[in-house]
Amino acid sequence: MSTDTADSASEAPITPRIGRIAKRGRGGKGPRYARTGYLFVAPFMIAFTAMFLVPLAYAAWFSLFREQMIGGNVFVGFENYTRAFTDPQLIAGLGRVALFFLIQVPLMMALALFFALALDSALLRLSKTVRLAIFMPYAVPSVVAALMWGFLYGPDFGPIAQLADKLGATAPDFLGDLMLGSIANIVTWEFTGYNMILLYAALRAIPTELYEAAAVDGAGPWRTAWSIKIPLLRPALVLCMVFSVIGSFQLFNEPSIMRTLAPNIIVADYTPNLYAYNLAFVGQEYNYAAAVSFVLGFVIMAGSYIFMLATNRRSRS
Amino acid sequence: MTPRFRRRTGLAAAAASPLAFGACARRPVEPPAHVSQAEIDEAMRTPTELDFWTWVPGIEKQVALFEEAYPDIKVDVTNAAQGAGHYAKIRTALRAGRGAPDVAQIEYEMVPAFTITDHLLDLRPYGAGELEDQFVEWVWAQVSGKDGEVWAIPQDTGPMGMLYRADIFEEHGIEVPETWEAFADAARALHEADPEVYLTNFPPSQGAFFAGSLWQGGADPFAGSEGPVLKVDVTSEAAQKVTEFWAGLAAEGVVSTDPDFSDQWYQAANRGKYATWLTAAWGPVFLQSTAASTSGKWRAAPLPQWESGDEVAGNWGGSTNGVFNITQHPIQAAVFAQFINTDPECTKAMATEQFLFPPTKALLEDPDFTGLELEFYGGQKVNEVFAQISATVSPDFQWPPFNDQVRADYGATVGTAIAEGGDAVAALDAWQDRIAEYAEFQGFTVEEGS
Repeated sequence: MSTDTADSASEAPITPRIGRIAKRGRGGKGPRYARTGYLFVAPFMIAFTAMFLVPLAYAAWFSLFREQMIGGNVFVGFENYTRAFTDPQLIAGLGRVALFFLIQVPLMMALALFFALALDSALLRLSKTVRLAIFMPYAVPSVVAALMWGFLYGPDFGPIAQLADKLGATAPDFLGDLMLGSIANIVTWEFTGYNMILLYAALRAIPTELYEAAAVDGAGPWRTAWSIKIPLLRPALVLCMVFSVIGSFQLFNEPSIMRTLAPNIIVADYTPNLYAYNLAFVGQEYNYAAAVSFVLGFVIMAGSYIFMLATNRRSRS
Repeated sequence: MTPRFRRRTGLAAAAASPLAFGACARRPVEPPAHVSQAEIDEAMRTPTELDFWTWVPGIEKQVALFEEAYPDIKVDVTNAAQGAGHYAKIRTALRAGRGAPDVAQIEYEMVPAFTITDHLLDLRPYGAGELEDQFVEWVWAQVSGKDGEVWAIPQDTGPMGMLYRADIFEEHGIEVPETWEAFADAARALHEADPEVYLTNFPPSQGAFFAGSLWQGGADPFAGSEGPVLKVDVTSEAAQKVTEFWAGLAAEGVVSTDPDFSDQWYQAANRGKYATWLTAAWGPVFLQSTAASTSGKWRAAPLPQWESGDEVAGNWGGSTNGVFNITQHPIQAAVFAQFINTDPECTKAMATEQFLFPPTKALLEDPDFTGLELEFYGGQKVNEVFAQISATVSPDFQWPPFNDQVRADYGATVGTAIAEGGDAVAALDAWQDRIAEYAEFQGFTVEEGS
């Protein structure tokens, strides 16, 4: 990149000012430009290094040790990782969030796509109000959302239970066997609007010529949606899905808050993130918690990669 | 392994140690054998700032009294968090080697968690050894080390008792049960008479309640654990007796199993779903503020007994003040911890204004404290009831050096089994296994009992 800049600058100096800076450069003119560039990215790079890379490297280093209450700190190499890969609690947690992903994400994406298409169809009245209303839950912090839904789900005195009672029915046990579904409902409520906005923005970017051509060919609104809009939404859909993979596997806030309501359902290893948190702050197994976090990171990376690979294949075939 | 490699790994370990990051990390104080009164006087005249972390509301009152007595010492009070969050922050600060408080609130059950990591200062040389006579015997046992160390100064306690709804009892003709057997019969009768009401709620994830129940039942699962040796026996006969009792009532459906201190639980307590709350000495005042709509209907009594005619209680909750050995002001910190928990004016305010249940003999016999009539309890002298219970708590109950982990494992095994109607006695074995596995992983030598 630096050579490109240097070449174009030496051939055609754009402004005298830049030319002067370039001339002051020692030896070639390229490095000087490069250095200016680094200067511009420096504030970001410093923050990125200090707040992200260093902690990450420290955690990676940390995960190679084992500190015991009796016996102190020892270097154990990859022992924490071999333990993690065979840890039934971690595997169960990963299975749970994978199941969560399989149930919740298709539902949420279908809803988001439906709303985005409906808004884009221009057939909706009050479309701005509707758009805002669907997006609004995203603006509610997830902790607040979990508290609110926890209240709604309440088995004896929650509004749903009360209503069911009035009607002579029994409300389902939201905080019992249905817990994973109840959390999926909260997450869907929170993130449908967010995904809808992403899809809606992508829809607005589709050139209108395509619609005109479709109309000329006699395609109705359904046909247009099916044959033009959805295929062209593929990149946006893939993006939303990748976000959802990450979000699902990192599930933490909602189960963490709901835990006070159903501590025997949401156990310490309910999700991998919750497990890592409890390892560190309940069991004081900081090193192992770091290793578990890295394993989770790898799983998410692999998951996202496999997903993108699969969708690419399919689009090619 | 070549010597060279060994040196490398040694270096690696040193670099990874969090201490390497804090260049000015404080070294732990080696407690001197004896500190003379002259040294103490000198230190207390030296301008000093102490950091004190606690979540006790209104502790500023005691701090002000201390600062009045020792004008050269300034105490900064920080409420970092409650319970688990509080300990997590302290541990992080202690690991980092700086930022930790000089003095902190530590619950009895967490004292061994800080002695095993060698973070608490033995307060004996600073005069704490002479305080023993002021405190109730079982309380003192909770803060004493094997060789007579004094790891912390008791602040409040939670001897367990029963709060019950006199109106519900009367309506259904229930006598206050004196044995657990009578309690179980009453639970069945009451639930049959009114399916909306339960004699009590067993909070399946409340490990502290369960620990207190084990205590009352005569189980002492970690007795004899010392340093690197962990003795564990949560499957003893006494533990099985307690577990079977609650699992049985829960399986019959005659006690509810709601998580306590949850929204559901607060509402249920207000609406009369539970006819009793098996709680501790801090419970009466707590309930008064959270179930205000039921004022006047409650009464207090001792817990039902396993053997008719016995008078035995367990303890649930209560705190101490401990001094961390990273402090640069050990004398001042130790004197502070002792002063606010033994000075007559300080402790009286704690008991009568802040409603912390006192661990000192003097207050438990003080008519100003025991004679207090609470309207919420129909004018009953509730403190007197609990003061009498306090005298019946067994001194034999030892906490494990990693109580938070033991609690979490309890919830995942026994608590869940009771809540879900599983085999709770088999879950005791699972609990035992988890504790042993964790302990071995932490480098302990595990000796399993029974």
